[in-house]
Amino acid sequence: MERGDSERIEITISSRFENIELVQVIAEHLCENAGVDEDGSHWIGMAVREAVANAIKHGNKLDIRKKVNATFELSGDELEITISDEGAGFDPAKVGDPLNPQNLMKTSGRGIFYMKTFMDQVHYSFQPGGGTSLVMMKNLTKGSGIASTKA
Amino acid sequence: MKATSRSVGNVEVIALEGKITIGAGDTQLRDVITNAVNSGKTNILLDLSKVTTIDSSGIGELVGSYTTVTNRGGKLKLLHLPAKLNELLHVTQLITVFEVYEDEAEAAKSF
Repeated sequence: MERGDSERIEITISSRFENIELVQVIAEHLCENAGVDEDGSHWIGMAVREAVANAIKHGNKLDIRKKVNATFELSGDELEITISDEGAGFDPAKVGDPLNPQNLMKTSGRGIFYMKTFMDQVHYSFQPGGGTSLVMMKNLTKGSGIASTKA
Repeated sequence: MKATSRSVGNVEVIALEGKITIGAGDTQLRDVITNAVNSGKTNILLDLSKVTTIDSSGIGELVGSYTTVTNRGGKLKLLHLPAKLNELLHVTQLITVFEVYEDEAEAAKSF
């Protein structure tokens, strides 16, 4: 596959932490096949890891009967990743900023921050009957959002 | 995750190996630190050179470990930070919390 090609991959997993890596690896391989370098693929894979972990833990509350669905849609240089769970949803506005000094030493609350750091866009939608979908977008010609910290 | 410990003077050097991720190494790290502290080892140097993967849960456990050790009057410092872990600590500004060393002897002397 070359940069600019289209591809769609979908996988559904049960809510087990050991399945997270399956989805992460798909993301990383898809990115590498599309010409993204190893670091860039790693950070996109990490965003996916965080999204799936949240879907399993906070969305489906570790209920293995509930599923997490992941779709990867590559169209040209644009990668759209959707992670959906069967949970009751949450209010993103109530998620604290981990950079706030009051939150710095908290042991949780960094997953969404990492997703937003590594991806260009992150947004949630909540279905009326239950279920949360997280959509993350990344233009693969852009560097990882984390590169600027190296200086 | 695998953890191996050895003493260098009054410092416990704990080498972590493998993944520190949700449902895998995160709770193990908590147990390792709790056991060390409960056995009186409160000067802890975490060698992270062989950590292959870490996620936000693993980062959270590092923060929790720091707090556990500090609350018991000890110090927790980091040795041989892998590049990607270093970047994860930078973007969350946690790099300002941890003392990080590249040389074990220098790190051990700093306690």
